[in-house]
Amino acid sequence: MTSVAHAKPAGGAHDAHHAPMSFWRKYIFSTDHKIIGIQFLFVSLFFLLVGGLLAMQIRWQLGFPGKPLPGGGILPESMVSGGVILPEYYIQLVTMHGTFMVFFAIMPLLVGVYANFLIPLKLGGHDMAFPRINMWSFWLALVAGLIMLSGFFMPDGAPRAGWTMYAPLSARPDLSGATISQKLWSISIVVLGLSSVMGSVNYITTVINHRAPGMTWFRMPLSVWALFITAILAVLALPVLQGAAIMLLFDQTIGTHFFDPGAGGQPLLWQHLFWFFGHPEVYILILPAMGMVSDIIANGSRKPIFGYHSMVFAIIGIAFLGWIVWGHHMFMSGMNPTLGSTFMVSTLLIAVPSAIKVFNWLGTMWRGNLRFHVPMLNAIGFVSMFTIGGLSGIFMAATPVDIPLHDTQFIVAHLHYVLFGGSLFALFAAIPYWYPKMFGRMMHEGIGKVHFWLTFVFYNMTFFPMHIIGMGGQMRRIYDPTIYDFLKPQQPLNEFISYSAFALFAVQFLFAFNFLWSLKFGKKASQNPWEDNGLEWSLPNPAPHGNWAPKTPNVYRGPYEFSAPEAGDKDYLPQYTKLPTDRDPVPAPLPATH
Amino acid sequence: MRWWLPDAGSTFAGPIDTLFLAILIITGIALVVVEVGLVTFVIKYRARPGRKAFYTHGSTRAEVIWTAIPAVTMVALGLISNHYWVLMKDKKSIPPNAYHLGVHAKQFEWLVTYPGPDGKLGTADDFTVRNQLHVTVNEPIAVELTSEDAIHSFFVPEWRVKQDAVPGMHITAWFQATKTGEFEIGCAELCGMGHYKMRGRVFVHTPEDYKAWVAQQAAGGTE
Amino acid sequence: MKGRIFSVVGGMFLLTVCSKGDRGTVQAAPPAPQPAVSSDPTAGAAGGTITGKIKFTGVAPKNPAIDMSEEAACKAKYKTTPTEENVVAGPANALANVFIYVSAGVPAGQTFTAPTTPVVLDQNGCRYHPHVFGVMVGQNIEIKNSDPLLHNIKAIAKKNRPFNVSQPNAGMTKTVTFAAPEVMVNLECNVHGWMHAYVGVRPDPFYAVSGPDGSFSITGLPPGTYTIEAWHEKFGTQTATVTIAGTESKTANLTFAAH
Repeated sequence: MTSVAHAKPAGGAHDAHHAPMSFWRKYIFSTDHKIIGIQFLFVSLFFLLVGGLLAMQIRWQLGFPGKPLPGGGILPESMVSGGVILPEYYIQLVTMHGTFMVFFAIMPLLVGVYANFLIPLKLGGHDMAFPRINMWSFWLALVAGLIMLSGFFMPDGAPRAGWTMYAPLSARPDLSGATISQKLWSISIVVLGLSSVMGSVNYITTVINHRAPGMTWFRMPLSVWALFITAILAVLALPVLQGAAIMLLFDQTIGTHFFDPGAGGQPLLWQHLFWFFGHPEVYILILPAMGMVSDIIANGSRKPIFGYHSMVFAIIGIAFLGWIVWGHHMFMSGMNPTLGSTFMVSTLLIAVPSAIKVFNWLGTMWRGNLRFHVPMLNAIGFVSMFTIGGLSGIFMAATPVDIPLHDTQFIVAHLHYVLFGGSLFALFAAIPYWYPKMFGRMMHEGIGKVHFWLTFVFYNMTFFPMHIIGMGGQMRRIYDPTIYDFLKPQQPLNEFISYSAFALFAVQFLFAFNFLWSLKFGKKASQNPWEDNGLEWSLPNPAPHGNWAPKTPNVYRGPYEFSAPEAGDKDYLPQYTKLPTDRDPVPAPLPATH
Repeated sequence: MRWWLPDAGSTFAGPIDTLFLAILIITGIALVVVEVGLVTFVIKYRARPGRKAFYTHGSTRAEVIWTAIPAVTMVALGLISNHYWVLMKDKKSIPPNAYHLGVHAKQFEWLVTYPGPDGKLGTADDFTVRNQLHVTVNEPIAVELTSEDAIHSFFVPEWRVKQDAVPGMHITAWFQATKTGEFEIGCAELCGMGHYKMRGRVFVHTPEDYKAWVAQQAAGGTE
Repeated sequence: MKGRIFSVVGGMFLLTVCSKGDRGTVQAAPPAPQPAVSSDPTAGAAGGTITGKIKFTGVAPKNPAIDMSEEAACKAKYKTTPTEENVVAGPANALANVFIYVSAGVPAGQTFTAPTTPVVLDQNGCRYHPHVFGVMVGQNIEIKNSDPLLHNIKAIAKKNRPFNVSQPNAGMTKTVTFAAPEVMVNLECNVHGWMHAYVGVRPDPFYAVSGPDGSFSITGLPPGTYTIEAWHEKFGTQTATVTIAGTESKTANLTFAAH
């Protein structure tokens, strides 16, 4: 394994000395990894808003079943009747909320934005290994998102078999009612998968081949490790989903019967294929968050990450184990119960590396000198809520306990604790943290603090009670819990959750305002506003096209040398700072082709 | 307002609820350790003028301890859980004297087929009732689940029984009710727009009442 | 959008309405059976008439009783146990709910305008009213829910676009039309498996549904030779040929064999 990169990044990278580009080449059809990352940021934040609007309608119906939706009059008759959300629209809402949030908000926010933006910057590169493929990766993701969005406007409306699209409901329009949009779903997924695979190819190649001299594997920040491992997961998992989506499309169009038991097919085949992708997917959705949180907590604690090597191995352990736990989504599916036993073992074991990470974050904060900037607040919030989400998973991992909990709101609580309490809080940390590097300005700290606290409070008020109504037996994806006598007593809690959710959504306008307002009016950022150690902070804010081109920085130490004795009276020591005692790293010899 | 699991109504509920409680205690301890730790550190180690962070890269001993304890706990949990899992879900665990019923799930009803007075499913005196499940208390019952169209899931919360009904598959779920009374079936797998309305009523009878009900149904009664 | 959220958060009403399924309005009598007047969109128009009576031979099978125990709000609307409407027999073996239409003989190229008044399909007491009806291509069918609970209306059609829509509350209505002639489009509710209705979609107004006494009448026919077909949901189809001269009225009785 090469330990250092070539002094000059190979093939395809732009250096700073080319002809001035038009507005279109510079900002729209850009191959600059930073611009592409920012493009992903704007588009994904838009889809996050779409997902949130869908959630508000879900919570309206669950809190106040059968009551006319305020403003529902603007929706067509196929969705609401007299303002009342119809059952077929409700299941479109839950389906598309999950779909947009997973595929078009969280995944591109974590990977499309930060893998693109951070990897070359944190490794000392000028750009990605394949900048043009990188550009395609963004445009394909945008096209996929628009195709998916168009489902709502198609005759018969959007897909409605859940974001998990179980067959035969998804394969048979006569059962679901969704016709054209279901086929568009498959097409969108195939296009999105292409985008993901293209991105992964870039991230993997760049990490392996394009590290600055001195940037050994174990001097890479955990954010880069996490994004690297995530890219490997993505390049292996997304094609499985693409294949399943194509099989589903074929069942609906050219007369195949992969999932049709009447003709020899197997509904369970869909579940195996989907979850074989789906479980690595949820680690794609959390590992980059964990990586960035590690960077931010070390910075906020002014201490090295506790147990850096353990953290790396934990990331690898989570990713590896993530391939052999998918059956825990299928404990009730009718698959052989013996598989339930084996998947239970692997699922319980995957709790261990996650626990290791939580303890190491605590260890990082222990005896630190804690600075509570907005990224640090959100990163601590991440640790707090990811812990709840991870621990709640243990209940379902124990198969007998999964029997009453499967497909109830308990699962919905669990998944939101890890995806919102986890990933989204990590994004609320990462976005302001690297905002100066992207835009040259700081987000407003005061608004950020208010946003954090209000989000933290309303978030827990919304999602913690879901554990309780799930224990009480409220099933997932049901339009009206009050149909059931055993659920009626819990309806006050459903109302409480809905009010909390409305407040939670409203508070996010603080974040949106802060993000947009600061673009023009934010305080101009100093070069290293967080006093961080990463290579990216050796560049001006915003980082220029080509990064350090034509030069390449040297790396003298690991990424978390906060409060090192050599740092003197400063409490940080960047990777790129050369001390009198440091020797220049030896660049790897150039290959003969250069 | 219900704050806990539904009242226990089957022989499975005891072990499942105990396991639930055990996990709650274990995860509760972990949660308290982490959250109290976080809050303590946030207060105790906040930056103040003149303070410096303690420069360390970690502790191998700490890593070993906090890897070993979760690992051992998880393995133990798995072993205990598996014993009950096999009891509840393995085909071989279905008591040979279990009373068999057919439950055919369809959009959006539960069609329950009873073996009739001869007690045998699949004979001429079988009869089918919509959305009503009648069983005898304290007797093992085996529900043979089939589906007409989409995947549905047979769920009775008080019994801690849940099993997907998959088209093309014939899946048997067994249980033994311990309380007489009236309960509900909910569908626990999204099956279309009427998913939420797939409610059935469950009646757990004494043996005499059940016999009387079967006789009345066989004679063409509509109750 | 924001206003919508804030008007909610503005802390409005909290109706403590319980489930839809347990409280139903109890009517004094069960819903009326199939109306005696057969649908005839051109009643009164000048032209010939075909009238007749539909009967059956043999013994009609018993209509199964419908157990509505699990839908209390519907069950409450009946004084006696409702039965399925597979075979609705009248006095002297009259057969109701037969859809009779002109299947051949209308001059090619002649077009007819669909009436502007809709046909109303009511879901009441967990039954469709009417059970069998005819409609013209492009004519509105107004589907309404008179029960305070979920019905879905699934149209199983081969020549027309199938649809599946739901009405979870009483008072909800939806208007649909069919674009192509089809005999018959099946309508069903999946929440209540006994609920079926049948729609005959025709390009012309020459159709009728037999009443409780088996009688039907198709009016407004220009002179010509016509084939009429009678469709019954259980007993199949019967055909007859009728020649109309001038504006005369001709009788055509059709008989089905019960099975």
